[in-house]
Amino acid sequence: MSEILALTATQTAERVRSRELRSREVFEVYRERASRDELNAFTWVAEGPPSDDPSPDAPLAGVPLAVKDLFCTEGVPSQAGSRILEGYCPPYTATAVAKLARAGAPLLAKTNQDEFAMGSSNENSGYGPVRNPWDRDRVPGGSSGGSAAAVAAGLAPWAIGTDTGGSIRQPAALCGIVGLKPTYGAVSRYGMIAFASSLDQAGPLTRTVADAALLLAHMVGQDPMDSTSLAFPEPIEIPQREDLKGMRLGVPSELSDEAEGIEPGVAGAFRETLDLARRMGAEVEEIHLPHTAHGLSAYYLIAPAEASANLARFDGVRYGLRVDGDEGLRAMYERTRAQGFGAEVKRRIMLGTYALSSGFYDAYYGRAQKVRTKIAEDFRAAFERFDFVVTPTSPTVAFPLGAKIDDPLAMYLNDYCTVPMPLAGIPAISIPNGLSEGLPTGFQIAGPAFSENRILAAAHALEQAIGFDGSAARE
Amino acid sequence: MISREQVLHVAALARLELSGEEVDRMARELSGILDHIEKISELDLEDVPPTSHVLDLSNVLRPDEPRPSLPRDVALAQAPEVAADGFEVPSPGA
Repeated sequence: MSEILALTATQTAERVRSRELRSREVFEVYRERASRDELNAFTWVAEGPPSDDPSPDAPLAGVPLAVKDLFCTEGVPSQAGSRILEGYCPPYTATAVAKLARAGAPLLAKTNQDEFAMGSSNENSGYGPVRNPWDRDRVPGGSSGGSAAAVAAGLAPWAIGTDTGGSIRQPAALCGIVGLKPTYGAVSRYGMIAFASSLDQAGPLTRTVADAALLLAHMVGQDPMDSTSLAFPEPIEIPQREDLKGMRLGVPSELSDEAEGIEPGVAGAFRETLDLARRMGAEVEEIHLPHTAHGLSAYYLIAPAEASANLARFDGVRYGLRVDGDEGLRAMYERTRAQGFGAEVKRRIMLGTYALSSGFYDAYYGRAQKVRTKIAEDFRAAFERFDFVVTPTSPTVAFPLGAKIDDPLAMYLNDYCTVPMPLAGIPAISIPNGLSEGLPTGFQIAGPAFSENRILAAAHALEQAIGFDGSAARE
Repeated sequence: MISREQVLHVAALARLELSGEEVDRMARELSGILDHIEKISELDLEDVPPTSHVLDLSNVLRPDEPRPSLPRDVALAQAPEVAADGFEVPSPGA
């Protein structure tokens, strides 16, 4: 069993393909570990292996998958971390999950998350907070915190999550694993319970960059059920590269300086990796992305505005919770939503409704959409001179449970380095970048739209050179 | 500064019942968040086109052909209340 646990998902798939392991055995090892989870990483764990065994020759060879709760999975609870959807079992499966199952990755478990993906600590889950396997008194990050904690702790070989403002990359960084947010439109959003539709993207959370590439290769593609999905212009390749020769890295001072609130330990680990990148052949230069400093402001108008519209569907009529007081339809709506939504979701519905309301639309939502244009222009200009923009993923290491829960603004600052990319629709990866005070830090690499293969190649080369050892979190 | 009255107005638009304590807290918290966000009013955004969507896509069309939809019993299976093969709701006029 410990032998299986030491393998990456890619290595596990290879052993199944060569008949050294059986996929049923792999499933059972992880199912057993997941069912003994002490981190509260899961909201549902499979009772047994899938009835139809995936072929050992399938691309993903039966290596089981943990899936964020907000992906609809037919007949399996899909609650998006919210009490308003308690017990909801959808009649269909999200495209991303169905594609991965067809490629040979059966559903192992659903993972805990911040309610409707709103949060950076997993403390906003209606089903209790997730704990960080590196220090159980600390948060795993969010909103895909259950997925990140499960992979880091070896409770699942790999997982998928969603990223709207950093919800894959930030928990990956705080848990010492790899997290990739693909280009907007690369992966179908069909069957993802929507938060902010112009930003939401699904992506992998994995132990290694190669694992992320393998999973992504079977997630991308145009889907007739999502008119904002696109055919990926080239096949996703498994990265092999071991140097960074000729690669140009731009370091935006706005997103990497201690002056901007980056913890000294995080900034130090980031600078060490920049030196390492130089020794591997990369050119590293400071750049400016002046409007990214306004990314958080734009994000915290656009995302809540879209959320306030998306969450209007939770009204106690077709599914989920209903609280009825015999005072008519409107009172039923208002009470159902009052009881079913948690504090952060209410806050964002209010913020979004306010920003969209008559008389304020131009000053808030309209202006935020213009800032979004300026941020995309900053990145476009940067990518004329540089292959990648690199930053620390999160300004801090994992913080103690409860430390920021009563201060929404302090919580939002966790997303400072990760919100500009989804606003511009571009892909970005976070890879483990060593420890600060015994806790993982992340190194973020962003590139132009559809540059996933180049990002994965550079991330793989850096990953080999950094040599991060995450085994302590799996004990 | 957001007033109690504004909070109540927005809560009504959002179909959200708030307790008295929640109204006070929401007024305070939303004011704090909006103060921070106000920074974007310093930017000169004259003539900048808004971005509502990052993809350069328009009119994604498909053939208009009938396809099977969810059977009625499946669509109704998760409903809190069902009546006469439909979703039952309290009277809008009550």
